[in-house]
Amino acid sequence: MKFLKTDTSACSGARACEKACAMTFFKKEDSAYSCILHQKASGKSDLNVCNQCGACIEVCPVKALSRNKLGVVMVDKKTCIGCFMCVGFCPTVSMRRAPGSREPFKCVSCGACVKACPSKALSLSEKDHAGLPC
Amino acid sequence: MSIDFTKRTCYTADVEKMKAAHKLLVEVPFKPSLPERGYNNRSLHIDLTTMKVTEKQVTDQMKQIFIGGRGFGLWYLWNAIKPSTKWNDSENDIVISPGPVGGNTQYPGSGKSLVVTLSPLTGVPIDSNVGGYFGPLMKFCGFDAIEIQGKAKNDVIVLIDGQKGVIRIEEAPLESPDSHIAAELFTHEYANDHDDLRNVSVVSAGRGAEHALVGCLNFSWFDVRRGCTRLKQAGRGGIGSVFRDKKVKALVVHAPPVKGDMNHPVDIDRIAKVGVKLHREIHDNDDKQCHMRRQGTAHLVEIMDAYDLLPCNNFQFGKHPDVKNIESKVWDARFTQGIPDGCWYGCSMQCSKGADGHVVKSGPYKGDTVTVDGPEYETAAGCGSNCGIFDRDWLLEANFYCDTYGIDTISFGTLTAFVMECYQRGILNKERTGGLELSWGNAAAQLELLHRIARGEGFGLIAGQGIRRMKKIFSEKGWGDLAFLNDIGMEVKGLEYSQYMSKESLAQQGGYALANKGPQHDEAWLIFMDMVNNHIPTFEDKAEALHYFPLFRTWFGLNGLCKLPWNDVEPADNAMTSEPAKVPEHVQNYCEIFTAITGREIDKTELIRMSEGVYQFQRVFNLRMGYGKRADDVPPYRSVGPVTKEEYESRAERYDKQLKELIFVDPAGKSVDEKIAIHRKYREDRYQKLMDAVYKRRGWTREGIPTLETLKKFKVDFPEVVEVVKHHISKI
Ligand code: SF4
Ligand code: SF4
Ligand code: SF4
Repeated sequence: MKFLKTDTSACSGARACEKACAMTFFKKEDSAYSCILHQKASGKSDLNVCNQCGACIEVCPVKALSRNKLGVVMVDKKTCIGCFMCVGFCPTVSMRRAPGSREPFKCVSCGACVKACPSKALSLSEKDHAGLPC
Repeated sequence: MSIDFTKRTCYTADVEKMKAAHKLLVEVPFKPSLPERGYNNRSLHIDLTTMKVTEKQVTDQMKQIFIGGRGFGLWYLWNAIKPSTKWNDSENDIVISPGPVGGNTQYPGSGKSLVVTLSPLTGVPIDSNVGGYFGPLMKFCGFDAIEIQGKAKNDVIVLIDGQKGVIRIEEAPLESPDSHIAAELFTHEYANDHDDLRNVSVVSAGRGAEHALVGCLNFSWFDVRRGCTRLKQAGRGGIGSVFRDKKVKALVVHAPPVKGDMNHPVDIDRIAKVGVKLHREIHDNDDKQCHMRRQGTAHLVEIMDAYDLLPCNNFQFGKHPDVKNIESKVWDARFTQGIPDGCWYGCSMQCSKGADGHVVKSGPYKGDTVTVDGPEYETAAGCGSNCGIFDRDWLLEANFYCDTYGIDTISFGTLTAFVMECYQRGILNKERTGGLELSWGNAAAQLELLHRIARGEGFGLIAGQGIRRMKKIFSEKGWGDLAFLNDIGMEVKGLEYSQYMSKESLAQQGGYALANKGPQHDEAWLIFMDMVNNHIPTFEDKAEALHYFPLFRTWFGLNGLCKLPWNDVEPADNAMTSEPAKVPEHVQNYCEIFTAITGREIDKTELIRMSEGVYQFQRVFNLRMGYGKRADDVPPYRSVGPVTKEEYESRAERYDKQLKELIFVDPAGKSVDEKIAIHRKYREDRYQKLMDAVYKRRGWTREGIPTLETLKKFKVDFPEVVEVVKHHISKI
């Protein structure tokens, strides 16, 4: 399974990842359009992004969520009816809805943020994600 | 237990042959449209006598005063019928409308259709709130409501095809009218391909609704995981009987694929924000609160039992030692878990549980493997404990057959409980029931009664007419004393009670008996507030609750909303708010979504005012049909206090204590009969005082008639409405 691995200890809080992600999919710089979010929790950096656990797949009433060949969970916008139950039920709150949009969006492990991060806090991993249901 | 939830008997093998046998009667083109701000501003009218299909304009005045859903239904019905109309007259109208909020896919519980017709049981309008996809899909074809008037000669279906822009009326001779088959067949007949199945929804009844007056409608949706159609019921008041009397086999809607913005709301971000917030709340709290996602409303069984509120043996007793056989644990294990069970998109509460792999053990479908939709609490209590039946599989059987025959499980449960008590007391016996031994707990006999009701055979034909008519028949035949039958027959206005014991909650006695359509708890459920928490001690407090809650809940019916996500999940801090029973945060959510869809800015006060116009109008409608007065609001004594010695003795300690502390009578040395009589006087008197207080709060006369000022205040003082009221006020 291909997923985005985060190393919060290396994160400098530059938020370059957010911009890169929002630019890639929405041509915007606003973090409301980014799949990855930098948050500060009790003074420490925290990076919130989908870990491809797959919990949302079961929640979708129309089977609009599935894994692609690489194991990445994808939203099929054509099938999606925009209920955002997947947004409410993601265990890590990493499925998102962008302002004005009819369907949700999430990290697809494309790696745009990996290249943008000045602190090498992000990497794409191919390894099994131990402990998570897949 | 592991049951393959995709495995069931296939009914679609002959689908092509059946469709080929259809005879086209009428085909009318229409221009499909999507709502703007929640409304299409037009509705569809079908006259099955003349086979005319017409469009009507939905006016601004209708939207302002009647809002949609139940409001539109009542308004159209008012215009369709006369004061002398009976349920089976051709002009009776079945109106289905989802309301402006209905069909949004973000806020849980937004897919309800409201059905209104003149009820065969009560003679006044009935309104029923039902899930399934029909209402929203009809809206996405271009109509805010559909009216079915007139009567066809042979069985017909009405198709609204929003993909092709055509309305068709077709004779459909071969399909079974029974809903578990009809829904499956018509869905497959009108979907283009597999992916399109979920864009079709079917309304159907069943053969039971042809013979009984307690007929219901089933509204379907295609469950993509199970690969079959599922059913939700517009249960109350005999709407299915009207449907079959009009010779409608099915209404079918075929809509364009649903997207999240098809209501064209003013502000989709605002809806999505509260929708996601509620999804998250359900995600976080449901496991700790009501377990709706795993058990649906069946989680209530043991709670009601614990508070002595679970109706047992025709509402005589409130608890039973065998309750463990039908409690939530049993359903948790029997329902298929882990697949979405919402009756409309976006309902993360998902109470529409399914019991897959039920092998039918009686009747025409014996041996088939079916998915049973439910049981919900009402069915478990009505067909179960109220009949002394505590058997999981027989309950599934009763649930399955009621649904597919088009029989309301609530009325069936309550009327069977009444029949069983008549049997216990010798009012009925084997000769009178055609050989059925209808003793408490005899599940096989209960099912056989159901089959006979569905066939319109022998005693089944009598039972299927409901309690009010049975009481008359039994007393006319000299089988029983009418006064006693009136005491134990759990109906008001002709409608059977739903499944809660109201004996110890005066407010709930009013919640039931004062409800416009008859005793259904969807107007008010005040038992905990009143009996358990004692939050509304005075008559005025109870009257205030009986003003606010019926109106608040009416609003769901105006908008196409489900009641359950309002208070079957609560914000974690709800108990800390000033009015926890109202769930203030959720009330605010409703104001938000209504405003975000329609653009009409409302707050919690305006929300109640919106309902009040419709509610007052419905009261006047009852009057217009010859009911709706004080005498029509009086409950049977079984719902107020102990009728029999056994009932008194089952709670002797409590009743004796009440004698001392509330009535100031020393129970020592008094016989049970004497004590029952003292209680009765006290309780009936209290009920009359409650009526006075409620009528006053609702702006009605002592006779229960809305005053002209009240009608004016809520802008329903139309000349024909005033005419009805004037006539009654001048008579006083
Ligand atoms: S969006 Fe959430 S639930 Fe779905 S795969 Fe990613 S982390 Fe898991
Ligand atoms: S928003 Fe779309 S992908 Fe998510 S659960 Fe709803 S239908 Fe499925
Ligand atoms: S709570 Fe249950 S009945 Fe209400 S909309 Fe959701 S699934 Fe349907």
